[in-house]
Amino acid sequence: MPVTDRIAEAGKGAIVGVSAPRVDGTPKVLGEFAYGSDLWVEGMLHGATVRSPHPSARVRHVDVSGALAMPGVRHAMTAADLPAGRRYGLDYADQPVLAEDVVRYAGEPVAIVAADSAEEARAAAAAVRVDYEVLPAVTDMEAALRPDAPPVSERGNVLRHVRIEHGDPEAEADVWVEGYYEVGMQDQAPLGPEAGLAIPAADGGVDLYVSTQWLHSDQKQIAPCVGLPESKVRLHLAGVGGAFGAREDVHMHIHACLLALATGRPVKMTYGREESFFGHVHRHPARIWVRTGARRDGMLVNCRVRLLLDGGAYTSSSPAVVLNASTFAPGPYEVPNALIEGTCVYTNNPPAGAMRGFGAVQVCVAHEAQMDRLAAALDMDPVELRLKNVLHTGSVLPTGQVIHGSAPAREVLERCVALPMPSDLPAAFRDRVTLPGGAGNVGRGEHVRRGVGYALGYKNIAYSEGYDDSSEARVRLERGPHGVVATVHSAAVEVGQGLQTVLAQIVRTELGVDEVVQMGADTEVGSAGSTSASRQTVMAGGAVAAACSRVREHLFARAAARSHAGATLAGPLRLADGRVFAGDVAIGVVADLLDPPLEATEVYRHRPTARLDGRGQGDPHVMFAFGAMRAVVEVDLDLGLVRVVQLGGVQDVGKALNPRGVEGQIEGGAAQGLGLALLEEIQLRDGKIANASFTDYLLPTILDMPPVVSAIVEEPEPGSPYGAKGVGEGATIVATAAVAAALRDATGRELSRVPVTPDDLVGISGPRTSAGPAPIPDVPGPRPVYEYR
Amino acid sequence: MLIRLNVNGEWREADVWPGSSLLAMLRDDLGLWGTKNACEQGECGSCSVWLDGDLVCSCLVLAAQAEGRMVETVESLGREGALHPVQAAFLEAGAVQCGFCTPGFEVAVADLLRHDAHPTDETIREALSGNLCRCTGYQKIVDAVHVAADRMGEVAP
Repeated sequence: MPVTDRIAEAGKGAIVGVSAPRVDGTPKVLGEFAYGSDLWVEGMLHGATVRSPHPSARVRHVDVSGALAMPGVRHAMTAADLPAGRRYGLDYADQPVLAEDVVRYAGEPVAIVAADSAEEARAAAAAVRVDYEVLPAVTDMEAALRPDAPPVSERGNVLRHVRIEHGDPEAEADVWVEGYYEVGMQDQAPLGPEAGLAIPAADGGVDLYVSTQWLHSDQKQIAPCVGLPESKVRLHLAGVGGAFGAREDVHMHIHACLLALATGRPVKMTYGREESFFGHVHRHPARIWVRTGARRDGMLVNCRVRLLLDGGAYTSSSPAVVLNASTFAPGPYEVPNALIEGTCVYTNNPPAGAMRGFGAVQVCVAHEAQMDRLAAALDMDPVELRLKNVLHTGSVLPTGQVIHGSAPAREVLERCVALPMPSDLPAAFRDRVTLPGGAGNVGRGEHVRRGVGYALGYKNIAYSEGYDDSSEARVRLERGPHGVVATVHSAAVEVGQGLQTVLAQIVRTELGVDEVVQMGADTEVGSAGSTSASRQTVMAGGAVAAACSRVREHLFARAAARSHAGATLAGPLRLADGRVFAGDVAIGVVADLLDPPLEATEVYRHRPTARLDGRGQGDPHVMFAFGAMRAVVEVDLDLGLVRVVQLGGVQDVGKALNPRGVEGQIEGGAAQGLGLALLEEIQLRDGKIANASFTDYLLPTILDMPPVVSAIVEEPEPGSPYGAKGVGEGATIVATAAVAAALRDATGRELSRVPVTPDDLVGISGPRTSAGPAPIPDVPGPRPVYEYR
Repeated sequence: MLIRLNVNGEWREADVWPGSSLLAMLRDDLGLWGTKNACEQGECGSCSVWLDGDLVCSCLVLAAQAEGRMVETVESLGREGALHPVQAAFLEAGAVQCGFCTPGFEVAVADLLRHDAHPTDETIREALSGNLCRCTGYQKIVDAVHVAADRMGEVAP
């Protein structure tokens, strides 16, 4: 099999708090690491997907006869080959496996084929004839709320509405600032394409090797759609080439399993880059209306936010995204009075779902622009204004939730301000390639102006609103040929962030071993929950630490029993140098105590949370992580070209289990935020993606990214393993807002939409305007309009 | 069509379809999975290889165009226990996250260091601007190039 079952461990002695080398580093630098797209097994077929070109249409007829007659083609399936009503979805199963009577977005799967080669499969997919009756499409999120809008979903067009009332929303202020903001649709664009290999098994079940973020959620969604019990749908993690939210939803999983079960042959499916843009959810585009009121001295009084998110055609994780966007809408500031009204709608645009930052990114663009605007209105320093209002432990949030855990927002921002600034040598004295636009700048830098902007933001760690996203891990301690070996089995997914390295560090710390072996992630062990919401360091880490702790208890009990029975132990038991000590007295050698081996399986749970009530009050979030970013930019005011000179990021992580890994998250997260600020947007034309390629959808290159300076704030989170919080999202949340602020500083322009374009910077296109806030839908809030879990 | 080419010092041949790219031949026909496919348009550099010593995107080269020519892939750089200095530098500098772009970057960095033993930051960024990384923000990749340059300078002055 091409799949790596065990990943050998490097980096002996690397415990928690050390920048341990990656456990998967060597196979990755050698090119030997097997990603989903590298899977191969003798005799496998290749699958391909037929997708709708229309955002809204009735499917009158699908004819696969032409495809089946082509060379090498083994099978084709449409909705007619499936029992009716086979639908999937993360929390709410509303997405048909293959389109039934209608298609709701351009790119929706309509048929699948399997052939001997990938080329034959693609050719066969192109030969499937689909007779569509094109229907009116809802491709604008405000249009979706009009009374005469065609219903996209069977439940209408309101996906969820959240209403949060806090204090007296009518409270008057000395100074009001008002803003309207737009955020475009960003793609996660992991470099590894969606890919997997389904292998039919002798017991009638199927084994799926797939690049994903949450094996057990996939299993739960696949099983009913392929008509098997969950026990017969076994998932195994294939190497993951980045995720960022794109792999949280099912993509090729069910299709490959259906084709494998139908043909009795292994079936591999890999999306090309173009198909990848249609094959996963994207970041929600947003429109946000905000009024912020403050006293003359800068203390916030009132914040009124109305926000609208485009959820696209299916539910995905939208209910949680709009909850996040709504609860974080005023930013990391104490505000005694607020009214927040957040709505997510269904449209015939591509489905939106999880992407790094998960609702907090969009509102950060708005709340940080508002803080700068307020600072200007009050003639106050923007950093000082933030520090006056910043959240801290004990603060009450608009939901009434009290922050009981760590909240070092002040320190995060102060450390950010103190980061070293870049050289400010004027453009005229520098290498031409350092001008905005680089070698493409045809000027001499006459009108290059520098700007500096700050952003502060925060986000929840792990799942909210009463969700029990528990994590299981199994740890076994035994004697190996070269000494004591600890084996870890967790279904937690490594997507590149370095989780496996951190888990190995935890095992070394807890059990004092050097050699740690990690079993491949699969569904043979209980769910670890999703690799998302910055949660795995805490959740999978907590489960591994708990299992280690249980193994250690067994070890100590065995050591005590085998030492001089009945003798009083000379103190509490501890591990050191491969031995068990009672106080200062060695009572056993670990290697001699492992016959039979010791094993423990433990489940870790974070503290329970609660849903919001009718006024949006409750205790929805587990804990919070804060991030700050300073952006220094240069804008060529004549040409609208930008050079980001430096990004300075500070992140609150509770405890850095692997400091270099945290730096990597800050730097990489900053790059994705810069992308959304300046380059990255899925262009929709009448609901269709117009730029589904890396030629037309621009990712930041090494020339676009400046050096990143960073600092880590460690204030332990009470009750969390090692005091850790998550680290995956902090920089992404704030980077976009910081770059936008720096661009405003450089140009003096309003720049109310991201990504910011050259036309915006030179004033060819003015600030985005709105006829006024979107209407409030006539549905009860803040609960979802249906029970989605 | 039968294509014969020299890959990493060894003559190999495969029967490929006429539209096959060099990338597809390397991966699907010769089993060299280290060269990655991420965009199929020459935008991301994940499929970087040397063709007769020139750095190319193997997705933009037809397999037929490589007939009779010399191809070097990431597999030519190092092996377990004997990493190429560029590979060791990527590990040391923390330049690897998901790793999907890593083989392509390593080939591009090794190519840069063949031509410029001690590149400046500006030269590094210019030389690597054809390779996309979605995880690292590039900072530690720049660091890795300096580490590799220093290391290679020590062994071969």
